[in-house]
Amino acid sequence: MRITLTVNGEQRQADDVWEGESLLHVLRERMGLPGSKNACEQGECGSCTIYLDGTTCCACLVAAGQAHGRDVVTVEGLSARGPATEGAGTARPVAGPVTGPVTGPVTGPPDAGEALHPVQQAFLDAGAVQCGFCTPGLLVATHDLLTRDPDPDDAEIREALSGNLCRCTGYEKILDAVRLAAGRMG
Amino acid sequence: MEFLRPDGLPDVLEARAAHPGALPLMGGTDVMVALNFDRRRPDALLDLTRAPELTAWDHVDGMVRLGAGVTYSRVIDELATELPGLAIASRTVGSPQIRNRGTVGGNLGAASPAGDSHPALLAGFAEVELASRDGVRRVPVDEFFTGVKQHAGRGDELVTAVWIRPATGPQQFSKIGTRNAMVIAVTSFGLALHPDREQVGTGLGSAAPTPRRARDAEEFLGAELDWSARRDIRDSVAAEFARLVATAASPIDDVRGTAAYRRHALAVMARRCLSWAWAEHQGRRH
Repeated sequence: MRITLTVNGEQRQADDVWEGESLLHVLRERMGLPGSKNACEQGECGSCTIYLDGTTCCACLVAAGQAHGRDVVTVEGLSARGPATEGAGTARPVAGPVTGPVTGPVTGPPDAGEALHPVQQAFLDAGAVQCGFCTPGLLVATHDLLTRDPDPDDAEIREALSGNLCRCTGYEKILDAVRLAAGRMG
Repeated sequence: MEFLRPDGLPDVLEARAAHPGALPLMGGTDVMVALNFDRRRPDALLDLTRAPELTAWDHVDGMVRLGAGVTYSRVIDELATELPGLAIASRTVGSPQIRNRGTVGGNLGAASPAGDSHPALLAGFAEVELASRDGVRRVPVDEFFTGVKQHAGRGDELVTAVWIRPATGPQQFSKIGTRNAMVIAVTSFGLALHPDREQVGTGLGSAAPTPRRARDAEEFLGAELDWSARRDIRDSVAAEFARLVATAASPIDDVRGTAAYRRHALAVMARRCLSWAWAEHQGRRH
């Protein structure tokens, strides 16, 4: 079947989609958007967290046909979408981590533009990215949290991220990153 | 496989009748897992997300009519005062992402003995609305569950809503799992005090082939509670209530826990829920 939907502000179409296929598969394998990660395929890990009509969910649990005509924002769309709060000017240029041993270039998707979203920058600066597999889901979940609540306490952060697993177990740095992002955006 | 995408409830019910092999799909938190893991290959998927009738809730005849497609997140945000037991249970479901998609109607349709909504619905004396092309009927929720993952709905029917009286007294829910988020219940317990009719409602989850009430425990406690003077509950009464709740269960040993542990945990949860609820009824914080 053919499905048409809006992804990161653009009208997109996919043909020959299997009726039982997940939205995650369509995004990754048919639309060239591999930012949302495919790990557990059962909603346990949160690595494929996206916005569907403005609400976060696991793309692996949305049937592609259910997304027909809907509005999807993936991690690739966060920077283009602008910060959760006003002030796109606070987004910083892509740069290596401020501190720490990781020195390789930080490359975003080529079409993501020059600027990272403040949430993304905070994850880099706080050292909240280890293997990076859980990061896209955590970025979307954090973006959603700070959109709803610009100044969450630790219990609220933990609750908001409770559906995102980090198997590197870097949770302390991840909490640091959320606090850093909240402070910068607030 | 076909993907059926009817707009509006009338067309959904037509499609349901015309495609008996179609698997209804709302939030996808159960169905998509089964598809992703090759466990199910239905002839067709019947997408329910384009029927706005399913995603609304309203007050009708003094009751809350909760559309089957209302998500757990919305129950928490919009109905915590009127349906406190269901809201507490909803907060224990999965994760934010799961609660944003999963629905009470989907929980009923799956009819798992471990479904998190069920104890609260049982304790609240809820009714399940089943609709087909030929009409609508309501089934008391304690007659709805007929076996493990089996329910009273016919093949041409859909769960379209749940009817629940707004709370007239305290309601509580307790669930045992290995962590706070993303767990299926080892066992769970729901309690509702109905002071207006001096009745107690209970619901047991993951404790029998179906979710079920502990009727002996309800009758015992309803007669023992000092509803109007709200005097403290004697320890012996709380202990007997807990014992009757545990006795009502028919648990099994499985990977999540043993039958003996489940019975023990049910007694503990019953006593705790009662102490929390009664403290609230007495106007004390708990």
